[in-house]
Amino acid sequence: MEGLTVSDANLTVYIHPSMTNKVRGAILTQLSSLLFRYSEDLEGVLLAYQVNVRSKVARILPGLVPHFGVKLKATLLLFAPKPGMFIEGKVVKIGRESIHAIVLGFSSAAIMLGDIREEFKFQIEKGTETYISKSHKGHRIKVGSIIRFALKSMDEEILHISGSLIPPNTGCIHWLSKYGMEHDPHTKRSAKRRLEKERDSGSSHSAVPRRPHKCRRTRRE
Amino acid sequence: MATHEIEDGYLSDSDIQSSVAEILENVAKPPIMISEHDGDLYGQLVLMLIPVEKNLDEEILFVTALKALSGAVSKINNIFHVSLLRNIFSIYIWDYGLDARNAILELITNLAIVPDKFLEDCLEMLVRNFQPPGRIRGYIYRPKFHAHKQNIYVQLHEALCYITSLVPIAPFKLKDILDRRMPKVHAEKMEMLPFVECMLGLESNEIGDYLRSTLLSMVVELLVDLDVSITWGHILKEDNNKDIFDIELEDFHNAEYNPVGVSGGKKDNNPDKLDCLMVIVCEHIKSSACDGHLVKVFDILMESFRKTVLNAYRSKFSQFIMFYACSLEPEICGLKFAIFLIDIFVSKAEDPISRMSAVCYVASYLSRARFISCSVVSSIIKRLVEWCYEYCHLQAGSERINNPNSHRLFYAGFQAVMYILCFRMQSLMDIQELKSVLFHLPLEAILCHPLDPLRICLPTIVKEFLCQAMAAHLLKKPLISSLQDNLLESEMSAAFGGVERLHMFFPFDPYLLKESDRFIKPNFESWSMVRKTYTNLNSEDELDDLDPLSGDDGSEDGRDDDVSAGDDDDEDELEYSINQMSITPRPVFEIAMADGRVPIPGRMPARIRPSVSPV
Repeated sequence: MEGLTVSDANLTVYIHPSMTNKVRGAILTQLSSLLFRYSEDLEGVLLAYQVNVRSKVARILPGLVPHFGVKLKATLLLFAPKPGMFIEGKVVKIGRESIHAIVLGFSSAAIMLGDIREEFKFQIEKGTETYISKSHKGHRIKVGSIIRFALKSMDEEILHISGSLIPPNTGCIHWLSKYGMEHDPHTKRSAKRRLEKERDSGSSHSAVPRRPHKCRRTRRE
Repeated sequence: MATHEIEDGYLSDSDIQSSVAEILENVAKPPIMISEHDGDLYGQLVLMLIPVEKNLDEEILFVTALKALSGAVSKINNIFHVSLLRNIFSIYIWDYGLDARNAILELITNLAIVPDKFLEDCLEMLVRNFQPPGRIRGYIYRPKFHAHKQNIYVQLHEALCYITSLVPIAPFKLKDILDRRMPKVHAEKMEMLPFVECMLGLESNEIGDYLRSTLLSMVVELLVDLDVSITWGHILKEDNNKDIFDIELEDFHNAEYNPVGVSGGKKDNNPDKLDCLMVIVCEHIKSSACDGHLVKVFDILMESFRKTVLNAYRSKFSQFIMFYACSLEPEICGLKFAIFLIDIFVSKAEDPISRMSAVCYVASYLSRARFISCSVVSSIIKRLVEWCYEYCHLQAGSERINNPNSHRLFYAGFQAVMYILCFRMQSLMDIQELKSVLFHLPLEAILCHPLDPLRICLPTIVKEFLCQAMAAHLLKKPLISSLQDNLLESEMSAAFGGVERLHMFFPFDPYLLKESDRFIKPNFESWSMVRKTYTNLNSEDELDDLDPLSGDDGSEDGRDDDVSAGDDDDEDELEYSINQMSITPRPVFEIAMADGRVPIPGRMPARIRPSVSPV
């Protein structure tokens, strides 16, 4: 999955004098207040952090309330997807006009009808709403499926993602990863050789989604 | 055309849906580009959704329109469909039947998950529905409305949970909205109760996993705000006017003729509000105990107790939610609370006010909580005495102490020991192992130390403690004779107790709110029920001598803590209530005015009345 980055940051946390006897707790509280919110400084959503306090000395700010600045090094896991990136989510609701999914357990994503490629048709199959691919009957999206889709936009305030299933290598991950194994006439060929062949041909994505490559998926960090 | 067809009812659901989608699409452009026909159709759709009371036909049409809109949410635009959205978001679901309510909530949940658009408006609309609309507020606590109210709460909770399952970030938004819409202290009772009840209901479902701490602490804060706004003046006044405390929830039958909003406007009925809120909170705690997640709730309660109640000056009632929660799970919560308090007291990192408060709480709690076992009491006493003993040792020099204020922690700590022993000594003596623990405590060493706690602590407690300790042979030295002179009029004690509020703070004194008392009473130890060590001695002469006031007090003690319903003497009841609840210091003149007598020196802490007469 794209959009996840690990970065090292030098931060200064300003701490209220009343917290002098529990500095570490105060640092963690401040950093935790950034979690699951979009931060313009970090250009992403903070998902996790690890902190190393660099020195035991802190500068006291002049002023009525003498806050003190603790310098620290932090390793941050950020979610900073850009339009066009491929991200993954779990489908939670399927409707005639939209597919709703949750990405990384905190961000909700919606793919509206106009952003679902025509290959997929809405059907109610045995009482469950499903999108079924016309060209590959096995390719289905229903509640509980994990799908890969392209990011159109993300609302930074409520972390709402608009996604698209128009690009060919998007859809149900289960099917995308299995497809090559089941439908490829040369299933016995090793994955390595397939990779080599694709690299030689120079195309990163085939025009028709007949054989999306499972190895192309970036692993979730 | 589409609308006429809808009215005729000949179209299938999906046809209606596509017609409505078409109407919405056709008007989603600048006004001058909208054809008259489309404008009319849209106008009719908006009219259908006007939130007014509807007859059966109109309600059917209303439901149809809502269902159609649910299927076409992606066509709704927050620029071109403002009037439609305004109507949708101003609906009160309380006004409609089950079908209409389901349709409204389906539309709202569908709107909430459309990216970037309506989440906040939807949550706001749902939260607004926590309270019924003004005109039915007076009735909703009638028994026949109970089921309707519960159904609506369940539906609102389900809708919020559903939104949360689709938009995991929703609870964060919900938190802000709840903060904003939470009724404040001066809100009407009928605005406050349904809101708090519905909000607490959220705590026990999935949203509770995210917002448990916020929800509970908001409620605790409201309780404390109400609590501190009740003055002694209120309690005296309210007691004279029995009606205020007599209110039962069922009495809202009368609301029809006497709406709270009108008559209650001027009357400050905070005690009544607090009483009803305490019932709601206790019911909630009880239900979470039944569901088996009391421990989780208790941890949060303890945290918000630490933040708000512990240091609230004049908090009289809100601390009883802790008492009640502890009584439901004494072995886990009850013990945890005692340890939590004593830890605050002995911790050097805490501020002195919190430490003083904590030790007052621990004293009152262990004395009053019937559900706390003797072994726990014994171990806490041991810890307190050890702390006091160590404190004595650290005091260099042996000159008499002139400034008790600088040792107030010590005095508060030792007073707590004495207070607990006044209530619990006999029950500790009954168990051999605990008795030997008690006999090994360095009590005499502390009592004889130059810090001289007997001279500083509250005389009533000192006297009662000495009586019981002598009767139980816990003290060997004749400490009493040396105190005779200054016991009742110790200047230092008066100065100390008069200035330092915490010195006289007994947070778990008898509870005065009538409606919620049923939760507290079964586990509450009243002074008249306490077995004293000296009652076994058949009033020995030496003890009679100790207690010059015993005759008078005996008669007072005859009146039990139980609220006697048939007590027709108003003055007696008033005086009784005051004695029953002498918690925080109040101006002496109030007592004098209330009972018409000159205030007694050394005001009574709680109901300790030294007495030799068997109870």
